[in-house]
Amino acid sequence: MWFFANRIPKRYHRDHSHHHHGSHDHHHHHDHNVETRKSGTREIKVVRRVLDANDIMADRMRSHFAAHKVFVLNMMSSPGSGKTTTLQKTLARIMPDLRCAVIVGDICTTHDADRLAESGAPVIQINTDAFGGDCHLAAHVIEKAAENFDLDALDLLVVENVGNLVCPAEFDIGENARAVVLSVTEGEDKPIKYPLMFRESDAAVLNKTDLLPYLDYDRDAAVDYIHQVHPGMPVFELSAKTGEGLAAWVDWIRGKVRGKG
Amino acid sequence: MHEMGIAMEIVDIAKASIPQEMQGAKVQRVNLQVGKLSAIVAESLRFCFDLVTKDTPLEGAELAIEELPVVARCKDCHTQWTVTEAVFTCKNCQSGNIDILSGRELDITSIEIEDED
Repeated sequence: MWFFANRIPKRYHRDHSHHHHGSHDHHHHHDHNVETRKSGTREIKVVRRVLDANDIMADRMRSHFAAHKVFVLNMMSSPGSGKTTTLQKTLARIMPDLRCAVIVGDICTTHDADRLAESGAPVIQINTDAFGGDCHLAAHVIEKAAENFDLDALDLLVVENVGNLVCPAEFDIGENARAVVLSVTEGEDKPIKYPLMFRESDAAVLNKTDLLPYLDYDRDAAVDYIHQVHPGMPVFELSAKTGEGLAAWVDWIRGKVRGKG
Repeated sequence: MHEMGIAMEIVDIAKASIPQEMQGAKVQRVNLQVGKLSAIVAESLRFCFDLVTKDTPLEGAELAIEELPVVARCKDCHTQWTVTEAVFTCKNCQSGNIDILSGRELDITSIEIEDED
């Protein structure tokens, strides 16, 4: 049941017998730790994180938001979990107290943005199409989108990420907190299929609980899986449709925003 | 899915790492470390890498991916272990108060460049 067992096929494993450069050994033949010479080849040490550029930009955005006292919540989910409806209902409850804005990412269409704009919050839609149809939002995209807001007039910026449980987990966008939304119409084992997403989140929403009477969904198993991957993470079971359970989730956000200092 | 963007970053970093005196030489291999917890599909990454290296010093280079295990350490009892399934509670005391020591890597460790002298 290990989640990545097949991700990296065996033949890609680093195997020193595949070196075609004689008796080279990575750990012993470094010339002043900078480069290694082998016949016909020079190895240049690099040691750089591939996502360095994104992470640096994300940190810059985090400082930028902090300077304007804006709390940023990154909402991630699988497609169809009811993230947009949850956010609509959340905004309706939280807007009297907090000044909110939304950045919504989709590969294409503005449907979600149109729905969210009804809340009265300023909404910026990002179609990642223009950025190569990306499956996630990256920090530089948030920087562009945030230019459209008067940050001094905001307390909370919610980023509704592209519906996808894989890629958004990998990209820091300069947020202060991350929440993952899943619903009871999905498999209970989503948390262990996408452990990175659940490890990286600060809270989980289990949506569509109004449907539980009609499903064979094992709610206890789902919560157990979440806590197996991320012990102690708050789980908010709610129905965005009926509003049941929404209050605790809204209180959690409110607490986070107030605690930002 | 996001492998294309990652492949492009790899190419940028690798190109910038070619020493001044070796400009124009061919990069034969890029050595990458990927933690098992990273959301990277190696096959997709290699496919994208082959596409984005066209007409660069990295064209035809091998992307060698070393997979690193997920290693955790308990903050309460200091037990250290390799996480082999999606369970992130301490093997010894069941505490959820843990540090992930490795498994999130997505790092270029080195590049290997053709050098005829």
